Amino acid sequence: MHAVIATSALPLFLGALLSDWAYSRSFQPQWINFSSWLIAGALVLTGVAMLWALVELLRRRGSLISLLLLLATFVLGFVNALVHARDGAATMPTGLVLSAMVLVLAAVAVGVGLTAWCRRAAA
Amino acid sequence: MNAALITGSAVVALITALGVVAQTTPGPGQHGGNPELPAPQRGLLPDMAIAEPAGWDGRLPTVPTGWTIKAIATDLKIPRQTLVLPNGDILVAEGRGGGAPKLTPKDFIAGVIKARGNTAVKGGNRLTLLRDADGDGAYEGRWVYAENLDAPYGLAFAGGKIYVANQNALVRFDYTDGQTQAAAAPTTVALLPSAVNHHWTKALTVDAEGRFLYVGIGSNSNIGERGMAVEENRALVWQVDATTGAVRPFATGLRNPTALAFEPGTRQLWTVVNERDELGPDLVPDYLTSVREGAFYGWPYAYWGPNVDPRIQPGDDEKVQATVKPDYALQSHSAPLGLAFSQAGLPAPFAEGAFVGLHGSWNRQEPVGYKVIFVPFSGGKPNGAPVDFVAGFQADGKTMGRPVGVTLDPKGAVIVADDLSNTVWRVTPSAQ
Repeated sequence: MHAVIATSALPLFLGALLSDWAYSRSFQPQWINFSSWLIAGALVLTGVAMLWALVELLRRRGSLISLLLLLATFVLGFVNALVHARDGAATMPTGLVLSAMVLVLAAVAVGVGLTAWCRRAAA
Repeated sequence: MNAALITGSAVVALITALGVVAQTTPGPGQHGGNPELPAPQRGLLPDMAIAEPAGWDGRLPTVPTGWTIKAIATDLKIPRQTLVLPNGDILVAEGRGGGAPKLTPKDFIAGVIKARGNTAVKGGNRLTLLRDADGDGAYEGRWVYAENLDAPYGLAFAGGKIYVANQNALVRFDYTDGQTQAAAAPTTVALLPSAVNHHWTKALTVDAEGRFLYVGIGSNSNIGERGMAVEENRALVWQVDATTGAVRPFATGLRNPTALAFEPGTRQLWTVVNERDELGPDLVPDYLTSVREGAFYGWPYAYWGPNVDPRIQPGDDEKVQATVKPDYALQSHSAPLGLAFSQAGLPAPFAEGAFVGLHGSWNRQEPVGYKVIFVPFSGGKPNGAPVDFVAGFQADGKTMGRPVGVTLDPKGAVIVADDLSNTVWRVTPSAQ
């Protein structure tokens, strides 16, 4: 179930990456403002998914690897949020690189979680 | 279970480690014409130390030997700048402006954190008049001279008129000697740039002839992060014709010129400027400078001469090369908000020079400022290291007051507005 929640964070992380890219091309501040909010939203969803994964693990239904992947996504995403809190172009290029890394991590976390979920549903 | 616990503590440890910001160096007390400019640095979080307000509880700010300090008005509603009228009455501008829209999560969080270091009192949006009728140093008379103003800050007097720089307009009152209340609503002299108002204070002074007023208008961001469209007619000093209200930029690239004053000997205009944040504890120095007509002082493209600030993109090489160096550095982040030139008759070493009110830092782990300093001058130019004039605004990790406007009383006293304890202080040579 946590994987479903984590999935909903994916478009936000993707949106952040795209608006980071738009900012790095245009230096229009509104793009980096968009990124900041998208990352904040994605972190909230990742946090909820992480808690859910923890509960599943405690009830011996989850997997440690899913939880650790979500945790890594959350921590790196949080670092990215702090980088995005810098003023103006000080967010670049670190913010863009981090946004890409977080998106990949989130995608892997979702992939692993969904696979496990499907397998359990099939069993 | 164990694994979960271990991961949990690992997260806490990691987040704590991430929170560790760039280490601070002890304050070198930057000052003068050639300050040391370290390389820019910024950790994941900006360095921060927010003042923790506390009451004075009978304590007083400290002053040099041979001087005394006294609170002449308390329970004001955020006093900022003061003006001494020809009959000796003191006018106090009270208010809080701003209200720039919050655009990012950071704006919300930083707003909450920084508010803790300020007074919780609501700004008065008014002018209070203080009078010492019998000359005993106690200002027993107190009236509201005018109210319903829009965050009044800069004050000036010339030709029988009181000029007030509200956050949205420069206005004037007709003044008659001995008046305790304005006879009528003010007349607008000129509208001032007020969109966003990230830096809302409008500094003000007038030349000796009363012909031109000078208004300091701060930038609408730290370093252009709200876009350059909102920076039109910001970060500059305007010259305003007192009769016609016509305005023109007098000097530009001044990030936040928070006080203006004429040096009496040379009749040269000077200002104090709050420079940009988040480049490290000793960057960029705030400064005291003569305002040269037509000069560009760097913001946002460069600082202290042609040192590029890469946070503003696209940059502007021409502007970087055109950047002039200010005259006299003040400690980075000390936040000068008050400026008054001394006059003959004050005891040495305070007879020639400038009093500067330092509101105090936030973007620095070791606090700086939180005092009134005196920068000695000779021949109309700064000469020597600053000396503390009023200090002791912080004790035991708490902050009791934060100086803003500084004004000279022709009777030989220095008036200091304090917007944390909502007090006006009067500092006099003990003999008086």
